[in-house]
Amino acid sequence: MYKIIEKQKLSETITKLVIESPRVAKKRKAGNFVMIRVKEGGERIPITIADSDIEKGTVSIIVQAIGKTTKMLCSLKEGEYVLDFVGPLGEPTPIENFGRVVCIGGGVGTAEVYPIAKALRDAGNEVIGIIGARSKDLIILEKEMGEVCNKLYITTDDGSYQGKGFVSDQLQDLINSGMKIDGVYAIGPIPMMKVCANVTRPFGIKTYVSLNPIMVDGTGMCGGCRVTVGGKMKFACVDGPEFDAHEVDFDELIMRNRTYADLETISDKTYEEHVCKLEGVK
Amino acid sequence: MPNTLKPSERMKIPRQHSIEQPSTERTKNFNEVSFGLNEELALLEAKRCLDCKNPVCIDGCPVRIDIPGFIIKILEKDYAGAADKIREANYLPAICGRVCPQEDQCEIVCILGKKHEPVAIGKLERFVADYEMANNLFKSPVVNNHIDKKVAIVGSGPAGLTCAAELVKLGYKVTIFEALHATGGVLRYGIPEFRLPKEILDIEVNRVRELGAEILTNFVVGRTATLDELIDEMGYEAVFLGTGAGTPNFMEIPGEHLSGVLSANEFLTRVNFMKAYAFPEADTPIKIGKQIAVIGGGNTAMDAVRTAKRLGAEQAYLIYRRSRKEMPARVEEVMHAEEEGIEFMMLTNPLRIIGDEFNWVKAIECQKMELGEPDDSGRRKPIPIKGSEYIIEVQNVIEAIGQKPNPIIQATTPGLGISKRGTVVVDNKTMVTSRPNVFAGGDLIHGGATVILAMHDGKLAAASMHEYLQNVDKEEKVTK
Repeated sequence: MYKIIEKQKLSETITKLVIESPRVAKKRKAGNFVMIRVKEGGERIPITIADSDIEKGTVSIIVQAIGKTTKMLCSLKEGEYVLDFVGPLGEPTPIENFGRVVCIGGGVGTAEVYPIAKALRDAGNEVIGIIGARSKDLIILEKEMGEVCNKLYITTDDGSYQGKGFVSDQLQDLINSGMKIDGVYAIGPIPMMKVCANVTRPFGIKTYVSLNPIMVDGTGMCGGCRVTVGGKMKFACVDGPEFDAHEVDFDELIMRNRTYADLETISDKTYEEHVCKLEGVK
Repeated sequence: MPNTLKPSERMKIPRQHSIEQPSTERTKNFNEVSFGLNEELALLEAKRCLDCKNPVCIDGCPVRIDIPGFIIKILEKDYAGAADKIREANYLPAICGRVCPQEDQCEIVCILGKKHEPVAIGKLERFVADYEMANNLFKSPVVNNHIDKKVAIVGSGPAGLTCAAELVKLGYKVTIFEALHATGGVLRYGIPEFRLPKEILDIEVNRVRELGAEILTNFVVGRTATLDELIDEMGYEAVFLGTGAGTPNFMEIPGEHLSGVLSANEFLTRVNFMKAYAFPEADTPIKIGKQIAVIGGGNTAMDAVRTAKRLGAEQAYLIYRRSRKEMPARVEEVMHAEEEGIEFMMLTNPLRIIGDEFNWVKAIECQKMELGEPDDSGRRKPIPIKGSEYIIEVQNVIEAIGQKPNPIIQATTPGLGISKRGTVVVDNKTMVTSRPNVFAGGDLIHGGATVILAMHDGKLAAASMHEYLQNVDKEEKVTK
């Protein structure tokens, strides 16, 4: 059992949880994830580690409530527990001094790119941040990203805050302005990562993305997270989750991630109805 | 009560068979297929044992259970004593009595088998273990010897559990590190409920715990802490690696990325380990079509295809590229599969998987094969028959074509000798790896074998770890 020490709502659907797990806190590096099971009978789901505090022995995760498991996770209160919390998993992000890097976070992906931006800054890079979301109230970690980036751009799809448009448009603008970019880390929804890869490809800018395929165990055992990278089969949990964006078959990933979409909807609906009934009792 | 029957009389008794769930019933549930022998049948079966002067059955058993010794206890109706006798050599009798390939080990060498059918040793083992459980006869042995040394076991599967039990009995402080949230390794995620109920597994794992082994779940050695950190920072003086062969192989044919194509590992993990059969009460989903194909001929393939049938597949095909004779699966499992209506497609090789407009599997193209000359494995090599391609409609393809070791420990442990196949290299007499305080066994070194072989390795490793740790003490004394 892993205790929730702190909880903070970052937006309507996005919640930050600080969870007690000294071992994971000590070992984790940028790019690592954890597998979480909320309760008995629950799914194992991967969540990227946003931050950690070795002294306090805590690990921060930022979760978007989109299905049953993430909703349950976000509904937990301070002092409550998650049943299983295992990690840190995955290969850490290769961090070195590249020069000038652009770190892009789309939606909850900002929580995943934040530790990478921080590590890249600590490694001596000039870090340009681009974070975006559908609208103003979905922008997260603006302050934190602002602290680790030399310059931070913010975009919203609907123009409700700062630049109107997609993060990829901002990236394109930077490239068009003649800025020399030595590397790009883009994390967010798959279509966003795909577009960012398409933007940097013609310029040969090394670009990394963090993939989020269906996963069961997270330790290389099930093969459910297989993705095609450079024409080869890779397991995101042990070979990734980060890969060269120019080599990833994004369309295949989008298709594969739909495998259980209808059942996930059933699961979510049953949960929502259950929660409504409970609230009705009050 | 000794066996008063003359050998000729013993030979006249036919081999006793387990009571089983009827095949028409059992494909509708996940309950255990075999109920085993009852007391009456077990007593009759035990009478068949010739109590040979030179019991070759013991040589046939990888962990060398005193087989005639425990069978005599059955005849004395001392079932707890029989279980204790087995446990001297094997701490997991209820598991082994269910999943060991007895027909290829103890039973194949049974003298009675030369002219008649061999003694049903496996079934007797199971009877004893089950009787003891049902009647609460088990008493955990008291470990009197205490050695002030910590030993780490990586993986709570059959190799790790056996190694742990042996080392605890010798007096060591043992911690088992398990990556998943529950114990048992392949016994839990791989073997279906209808072959090994989780309740039985839990009881035997808990006995290892009660004996004194500590088990830490959710701990991935190599990630949560490296093997070197276990030794240098956490103070473990020797380590046994029993992390199994968890990484699934894929055929590498077109269409494997389609939804509905799964490794047997993923399929069985979803259903067995995460209880997807109970969706939506359990949260992990699984989708099984009316027609499914499982590729492979081993026990995992049998488990997968029989599981798919239970999940509602109307036509469950088992596709294997050699003939039935070459299938590595246990005879009993093949027989059970056949009784359950599994359609065997032998001498058949998949060429490609075909998807529909939603990227879901809709068919598989196969090719007929014939057998040529024996290959390196000694089995006749399958050769494609030209022009024999054909397509069958399926909505799922489950690949059970073998596993290789999980790469995490190898990748995070400098100086550990690894073979080209990714297995950890050991001295097969001592199970020691290229590092003197690190030992290994089970599927991690074989790349996919049996539960009992893993247990054999665990036992052997425990003995040589003990020897190593004693010698370390002696050397320390000399240098002081």
